[in-house]
Amino acid sequence: MLAVTSQTTPLIHASALLKRFGDFTAVDGIDFDVAPGEAFGFLGPNGAGKTSTMRMIGAVSPRTGGELRVLGMDPDDDGPAIRARLGVVPQSDTLDMELTVQENLWIYARYFDLPYSVARTRTAELLEFVQLNDRAKDEVEPLSGGMKRRLTIARGLINEPDLMLLDEPTTGLDPQARHLLWDRLYRLKQRGVTLVLTTHYMDEAEQLCDRLVVMDKARIVAHGSPRQLIDQYATREVLELRFPVGVQETLDGKLDGIAERVEHLPDRLLLYTSDGDAAASAVHGRGLQPESVLVRRSTLEDVFLRLTGRRLIE
Amino acid sequence: MTARSVTPHITRWPALRVYEHHVLVYRRTWRGSLFTSFLNPVLFLAAMGLGLGSLVDANNPTGVGGTAYLTFLAPGLLAATAMQTAAFESTYPIMAGLRWMKTYDAMVTTPITSRGVVLGQVLWVTTRIFLVTSVFSLVMIAFGAVSVPGALIALPFAVATGLAFAAPLQAFAATQRNDTRFTAIFRFGITPLFIFSGTFFPISQLPDLIEPMAWLTPLFHGVGLTRGAALGTLQPLLAVVHLGVLGLFIGLGVALSFVTFRRKLIA
Repeated sequence: MLAVTSQTTPLIHASALLKRFGDFTAVDGIDFDVAPGEAFGFLGPNGAGKTSTMRMIGAVSPRTGGELRVLGMDPDDDGPAIRARLGVVPQSDTLDMELTVQENLWIYARYFDLPYSVARTRTAELLEFVQLNDRAKDEVEPLSGGMKRRLTIARGLINEPDLMLLDEPTTGLDPQARHLLWDRLYRLKQRGVTLVLTTHYMDEAEQLCDRLVVMDKARIVAHGSPRQLIDQYATREVLELRFPVGVQETLDGKLDGIAERVEHLPDRLLLYTSDGDAAASAVHGRGLQPESVLVRRSTLEDVFLRLTGRRLIE
Repeated sequence: MTARSVTPHITRWPALRVYEHHVLVYRRTWRGSLFTSFLNPVLFLAAMGLGLGSLVDANNPTGVGGTAYLTFLAPGLLAATAMQTAAFESTYPIMAGLRWMKTYDAMVTTPITSRGVVLGQVLWVTTRIFLVTSVFSLVMIAFGAVSVPGALIALPFAVATGLAFAAPLQAFAATQRNDTRFTAIFRFGITPLFIFSGTFFPISQLPDLIEPMAWLTPLFHGVGLTRGAALGTLQPLLAVVHLGVLGLFIGLGVALSFVTFRRKLIA
């Protein structure tokens, strides 16, 4: 369904991909292709099946059904050969707290059978790349969340992977740490590393992904570039209205005709329209007095709301 | 980006790379653990072997098991020490690797397989048991509790005894979500075995009903081997039976570990 337009064979091909844990269906027959060099995202709330999908791609979780090819190989048959060419940044850091920063990278290099000399050279380069070179000999434990995340990314790059899998790379980080990480990931993409990432942050998907799929309840509910998805499932602008407590419930029908669509959230109303300022004037023109008025551009959050009727992070 | 390129390939000896990890971690802690390895046998042999032993020997002109209490006790303690080292190394560190730090999860995202993780762990615990029992043997020799050749023959038997505990325990540890049951294992398993498996007194002293139960425990067979080797009284046929039982525990434990580690890591 998500055909790659270029002539190259996809790095990842999945069709009717299925994962069950007992009676629970984590991934319910999804299809997607990832082309070399692109940044591809899985966007969705917690429990949508993103991590299960990533683990199947990473050849650490056998699929229950469907087809899956990673780097042209079947993870069921060639797990170690696939993993030799992957860089993995798991959702929770799996760093070794008993080792120093550089030892974490050295030993990880050894898992790929890299000679010591290569392990040491690459470690020095990668610590520079993620701006941790001055912490090389320090313990891992006292590092900040952002630093640990950067170290995990450096670790994932030690084998010069063709494909980087990042499961929620910036979850739990402060804005400054996130922007630094995004910058490093963007540089990787510039170097031609294929990135596959999951996120439940809209801004992250918009920043990093060339293409993405929106997942909800184990299925793909939409796919395209961030821009395409916004064009298709939202309007150009959104008018956010917040009313005094108790007023929002009395507005039935009073906003009809002002916007293409109105979403009622518990704390505010979202009016989807091509011209937010005009809609705001229309609201005031009807004698309504919202406590606050905000006009903004549509985001993937609006896309998700439209597709599922729910917000991404509840 | 890098000085030299290496063609990506499947790691040839995954278990050795996992072993390397354990060595790297141990490099940071070996001093403390070596000290404990010395202190334990010194304290035990001094207090039980010499202190208690002088009372025992005074009341037993023919000795315990035909020998002075110190020489009876020391090889039994050697096997028991192997058991205790193995039990510790195969419970909490496994929990750390699979749950607390997930260092094993990190390994299997590389060409390392879950089988490699298991075999690397077995290699490492073998090394740990060997180190601790070697130190113990040196102390035994210093106390005059065993001859040098006797200690050399007893040592591999002690390592086998430890492995007979390590392999099944690590298989079990991989099935646990937290460490609450480990305490029970030490309290109701390891400690009673330590006391009742012939380390401190011959099991013929046990009530007749309980005596056969000792035969089912690996420590009884381990003590039989180390004591027989140290005293030079080991009967070949009995040695084969003892080794067979230990081998069974090791083989089954490793086979089960392959299953339980895989179930946890590759899901």
